[in-house]
Order: sequence, then structure tokens, then C-alpha cells
Amino acid sequence: MTVTVVWYLVLAAALFSIGVGGVLIRRNTLVMFMSIELMLNSVNLTFVALSKDLGLIEGQVAALFVMVVAAAEVTIGLAIIVSIFRKRSSANVDELAEMKG
Amino acid sequence: MVDYLWLIVVLPLLGFLINILFGKRIGEPLAGWLGFSLVAISWLIALVPTLDFLLGHANPETIFYYSWIPMIGADVAILWDPLASLLVMIVTGVGALIHLYSIGYMHGDERFARFFAYMNLFIASMLILVLASNFALMFVGWELVGLSSYLLISFWFTKPTAAAAGKKAFIVNRIGDWGFLVALMIIFATFGTFDFVTIFTTAPAILTTGVATAITLLLFVGATGKSAQIPLYIWLPDAMEGPTPVSALIHAATMVTAGVFMMARSAVLFELAPSTGIVVAIVGASTALFAAVIAVTQMDIKKVLAYSTISQLGYMVLGIGVGAYSAGVFHLTTHAFFKALLFLGAGSVIHAMADEQDMRKMGGLRKMMPITFATMTVGWLAISGIFPFSGFWSKDEILAATFDKGGAWLILWGIGLLAALLTAFYMTRLWVLTFWGKPRWAEGTQPHESPWTMTVPLIVLGVFSLMFGWFNTPARLAFEHFLEPSFALIVHHEAPSLKSFYVLATIALIVAIAGIVWGWRRYHRTDLPVEEGGFWKNGLNAFYVDEFYGKVFVAPGMTISEWFADTVDPKIIDGAATGIASGVESFGDELKKTQSGRTRAYAAGIAIGGILLMLAFLVLGGGL
Repeated sequence: MTVTVVWYLVLAAALFSIGVGGVLIRRNTLVMFMSIELMLNSVNLTFVALSKDLGLIEGQVAALFVMVVAAAEVTIGLAIIVSIFRKRSSANVDELAEMKG
Repeated sequence: MVDYLWLIVVLPLLGFLINILFGKRIGEPLAGWLGFSLVAISWLIALVPTLDFLLGHANPETIFYYSWIPMIGADVAILWDPLASLLVMIVTGVGALIHLYSIGYMHGDERFARFFAYMNLFIASMLILVLASNFALMFVGWELVGLSSYLLISFWFTKPTAAAAGKKAFIVNRIGDWGFLVALMIIFATFGTFDFVTIFTTAPAILTTGVATAITLLLFVGATGKSAQIPLYIWLPDAMEGPTPVSALIHAATMVTAGVFMMARSAVLFELAPSTGIVVAIVGASTALFAAVIAVTQMDIKKVLAYSTISQLGYMVLGIGVGAYSAGVFHLTTHAFFKALLFLGAGSVIHAMADEQDMRKMGGLRKMMPITFATMTVGWLAISGIFPFSGFWSKDEILAATFDKGGAWLILWGIGLLAALLTAFYMTRLWVLTFWGKPRWAEGTQPHESPWTMTVPLIVLGVFSLMFGWFNTPARLAFEHFLEPSFALIVHHEAPSLKSFYVLATIALIVAIAGIVWGWRRYHRTDLPVEEGGFWKNGLNAFYVDEFYGKVFVAPGMTISEWFADTVDPKIIDGAATGIASGVESFGDELKKTQSGRTRAYAAGIAIGGILLMLAFLVLGGGL
């Protein structure tokens, strides 16, 4: 039984779904944040897998871009979370509803 | 060669600016002398180039200064030709004399300098109108004279009648301006330019009779407004609410001739539309007669002259209608002199009688005011058409040209003759009631001759009223030769033969003398005829034309305006605006509920949206 590209895609879809579920279900901001990272990396996995399968370099380039952007996003996201936590000593996302219309 | 001509427009404009900004500080009488001298300098500047035309040394030329709107051929440029130069001479010459007169007449008015500012503005506007080299610039001057006329009629705006008269003049003129404006649009659509020279040289080739008729009829609507013809003449009698020099300058000598001038300027177009000529001639002749009938019944000395002006303007319009353009312009010129003279004389009388304008309360003034009496006599003979005064020559030329067309035109000639009879009659009435008979003054009136600033203009105008006609006798048509370059593009009508002119002139002279004798016998007696009831009452109220217009046009207009103000604006217009606003607001209120502020709800929305998109891809495939 050979490992085909479909396996990678299934794994990526599973990881992505776990990420979506984490974002939707968990209330802790930090955990939600980790779930988002999981979603990003599952997408990276599809990029790389398909890049290898189709023999196109662009997928790997896209994956690198996602990594770089994700790194930047992590920095800012964590900074925001930390400052919110300092202010309210809570990381519960449901309590952060000041922008309610 | 005559590039400096821009000065004649700019100098009065400068006077306007100085007097309106610093007039109070300059004070009386210096502000008046400033206004007078600037206009007089303008006259002097224009004098030599005009004489060049007269002596045949110069040709018409367009002097270009500035390209205002190049796309429509609207340049700031002067069309310097004999017609323009003549009007400049009248406007600045008569204008300067009336400025001089006003220094005496407006003495003691608290807004003395402001008066001269407006007068200078008027002179500048009128000069723009007559000097313009294209219809667009002419329209600028046309509207500016309307504005300055409004400002001057309602100069004593604390008097409600004066304020109302100013408004009336402005609004009635606006109706005429509508015609002028539409005519300009058709002209532009046809020719693609507003430039006079281009239009007039190409018109015969590209203009069909239909379009020419439309254009000229609309131009004529404009002329009926400014030149006070039926049906738009009603503003002019009311305009007498303004100071008398204003009546003399604007509503007798210059501005009201703008319509006649404009039609003479567009003579080429009128030549291409024979049916317009018929309409113009009929309106002119009817106005001449109708206004003369009203003038017979008026008691206010200025009102008589106002209706007389309308009547005389009717003659000029008749002249244009029969294609005798230079005759019309000739009458315009002589009328400017004798009517300005008559108005200034009337002003001198009113001044002496302590602002009394009712002729029934005058009488016997000839001994107290010898100069006014003598000059008024000249004006009276001139307007009545007595040989050899100027009115005789110009009025006869128009009547002769009408007679010469023969056929049904003879009716118009008869109407003109009848109007001439009435003119002689009502002017004799005015002259006798004012200067002859026993004094009927209000108690405590001390009539006196006016100061020299008022009598000098009277004398100068008197000399011109007497002699200007000699310039253009049937034996020596110097005036027509002078104007020839302006009407070079028109086929010339055969001038009436000298012999038929003598016959016609004799008839006209007999008619005029008959009118004078009739008036003299009726009014030169101690027991003045009772003029009340019936015809006199109707005439005094101008045959209720104002009331008729009030019922037919003004009242429905007011009803519609009130309906718009009370119903359409607050309910429909405001309702639509507030309705849209409140609709948007309540829709926003509903949408606001989706903005819960809960991050996970947003995330769920995105996830569900993503899933739905994927399902759509699955179901519809690549064809999405």
C-alpha cells in the first residue's frame, strides 16, 4: 500500500477540521489561537503535498509565505492576548464583547 | 488702431468701484463730480474714433482682448462699428449730462454717492451691451443693465411702491430674457458660435426661413421686455418710482433702446425672416397707439412721459419691423435727446414744486422757470414732430418707410399717424397744464428755477433736440451713410422718393399741428375740462392691464407657488428625504443585531459560509 497524495490531503483536512472545531468550541483565547495555527499549518501541508505531486514549485513558495506571515501574526496576536489578559486577568473570549453593535 | 477703447468701459466701472467702496468718505458733491467726469472722459475717448467713422476715415473692426470661452466664440472683444459708436456717444454723452444734472437733483440725499455708483455701473453695463462683439457678451451687458435698472428704480427702497416697482421691472424683464436666451441657444445650435461677424456673414447661406423666424421672434420677445413693448411694457410706468434722472437716463434715453439696438444689430437675421417683420411692425404700431391713448389720460407728469416713451419705442420697433433699420436707430437717437430733455425738464419742475407730480396742481410756471420752460418747449415741439425739430425728421422717416411698403402696411401707417396726433395732443396737454394758465399750486409752494448743474444739461439737450434732425434730412442722408457699414450685409431698400416724402411729411406735419391746436384749445382756459369717469378713468388705470395680468398670470402663479411651498416642499420633498433617512435607520437597527461582539459567533459564520461554498462547488462543479 503506497502513500499517495490523497493521504496527505485527508490528514490536512482532518487537521483543519480539528482547528475549526477548536476555534468554535473553546473559549480560551490562547487555545483558539493555537487552533488557528493548526488550520494554517494544515493548509501548508496541502500546499507542500500538491507541490510535490504536481511537480510545481509554487506550492512550496506559498507555504513559506504562510509560515512567514503566520510568524508575524503570532507575535502580534500573542501581544494582544497578553495585554488583554493583563487588563482583565481572564482570557475568556465570550467576555470580550465591547464592540457589540 | 483703436485698442484703447476698452478704457471707455473700464472708466465708469472704476467710478462704480470707487463710489461704492469709498463713496461715504468722498461725500457730496465730490462723489457726483467723480461719476460725472469719468463718464465724460469716456465720451471724449470715444469721440475721435466716432468722428473717423463720420468722415469715412475708418472701417468697422473687431478689437480682441481676451478669450473668455473659446469653445463658443465668446471673446471679450469689441465690435467697433458706426452703430456701436453711435450708441456709445448717446450712452456716454446723454449719460454724462444726466450725471451732471443729478449732482443738483440728488442734492441732500443721504445715499448720494451710492446713487452715482449705481449710475456708473449702469453706464458700464450699457457700454458692454453695445460694444460686445458676440451674443454671449451682449447678454452679459443685457443682464447687467437689468440689474442696475433694478437697483436704481428701487433706489428709495424704503418706499414700498419703489421696492415693488424694482421687483416688477426685474421680473417682467426676466420673461423677455427667457426669449433672448432661447434665441441664443438656437443661434448656437445653428451656427456653433456667438460671434456677430461669423453669424451675420454665414447666415444667408445656412439659415432656413423657419429657423430664422424662430430666432428672430424669440429675439423680439427679449426686445419687448427691455424696450417695453406690448405685452411686456407694464414695468416701465412703474419704473417712474425711481429718481427722475434715472427715468431720464435708463427708462427713456438708453436702456429701453437696448431691444431696438439688439434688433438692429441682428438686422441680417431679421431680413431673413419676413414674417417676423410683420409681427414686429404690428406690435410696434399697436404699442405706439395704445401707449399714446393711455398717456392722454395720465395726470402724473412723469407717467405721461413714461407712456410717451413706450409709444415712441413703438415707433422705433415699427421702423425695425418694416426693415428701416437706420430710420429706427435714427429715431432712437433723436428720442434719446428729446425724451431725456423732457424727463429732466419734468424733474426740474418736480424739484421746484417740492416733489409734486400731479399736473392738476401745477400751472403758470413759465415765468418762474424760464430756462426749464424754454427747453421743455423745444422738447415738446421735437416729440410732437414739428418742422424743423429732430422728432419731425426721425418719426417721418419711419412713417414714410411704412407707407412705402404699400398694401396692408398702410393700416400701420395710419395707426402711426393717429399715434402722432395723440402724441402732439398729450404733449400739448402736459405743456399747457404745467406752464400756462393760473397757478393751481398747493399752499406754501415756492417754485424757483433749478441750479446751473440742472439747467446746463437741459440747454445742451435742447440744442441737440432742435438740431440733430438736420443731420439726416431726406435731401442729405448723412446719418444713413454713417450707419451704412453696420448694415452693409443687408440688401438696401429703395429710399422713398423726395417728392413722396414731401407729401407724407406735410400730412404728418398737419396731423401734429392739429394735435397741438386741439390740445391748446382744450386746456388753455381757466375752467379746465373735467376728466373723470368712463374713458378717463379707464385710461388713468392703464385700461386695467396690470389687473388683468394680476388675475391671469400672477394669481395662478401665486397659487402654484403657495401649493409648492405649503404642500409639495414640506410633504413630498421633505417627506421623501425623511422617509429615506428613517428607512435606512430602521434597516440599520435590524442589521445591528448581527454584530453581537462574540468572536465565536463570527467564526461560526465564517465556517458555515466556507462549508456552504464547498457544498456549492461540489454540487455545481466547475461551472460556478
